[in-house]
Amino acid sequence: MAQGNRPLSPHLQVYRWGAHMAVSIMHRATGSALAFGAILLTWWLVALATGHEYFNMVQGYASSFIGRIVLFGLTFALMQHMASGIRHLFMDTGKLYDLKPNSLTAKLTFLFSIVMTLLIWVAAYKVMGEL
Amino acid sequence: MTDLRTPLSKVRGLGSAKDGTHHWWLQRVTAIANIPLTIFMVVSFVGNVGKDHAEWVAWLKQPLVSVIMILFVANLFYHLRLGLQVVVEDYVHDHGTKITTMLAISFGTVLMAALSIFSVLRIAFGG
Repeated sequence: MAQGNRPLSPHLQVYRWGAHMAVSIMHRATGSALAFGAILLTWWLVALATGHEYFNMVQGYASSFIGRIVLFGLTFALMQHMASGIRHLFMDTGKLYDLKPNSLTAKLTFLFSIVMTLLIWVAAYKVMGEL
Repeated sequence: MTDLRTPLSKVRGLGSAKDGTHHWWLQRVTAIANIPLTIFMVVSFVGNVGKDHAEWVAWLKQPLVSVIMILFVANLFYHLRLGLQVVVEDYVHDHGTKITTMLAISFGTVLMAALSIFSVLRIAFGG
């Protein structure tokens, strides 16, 4: 417990930004966002079990403008968390600790999540016939 | 480097948290399980987007889909509870608040998982 005027270890603000740092922060941020997303999944399942009237209301929220922005954000969070999680699994085996591969794979997780998010949403709009 | 740990401590492998790598290991196990489950769910939700209530019910009623959805929510809530615990341990410094927050997260995740699984079962077995 940090109390009084004891010196603190340096935190985020003293480090120069890099991909390795961004991917680490994003892993935690997206994980927290996805915890909120999991509650939405529960709500959706409960709505499906409740009946068509209540379900249609929830679907109405989901397909509204704000609903789509939230779901788009959660899609990105899911893809980013998964990519960066897989990178963590490689690091658990002792790989990717050299500066170059570490930084390159950090950047690749962002490339992956952005491309996948767009692909998923293009596919979804195609399925709905809105594209 | 000289190892200052006692032979007994090394054999037990429990570390300062007294439960060894249990938390870390389960986070990895649930993370790996999440990969195929998530891919299945993303493909399914994109493939079925725009369907009405009866169509979604018919989709979830399929035995394989019901079981995968139950495994998905169980694994998902276990994984996110472990993840949130690490966040709380890092940012909540007051001991009492930390324990209260963790209790709330534990109860909350179990409640969400139970609600999800019950809903799937109700659809799977319901008329």
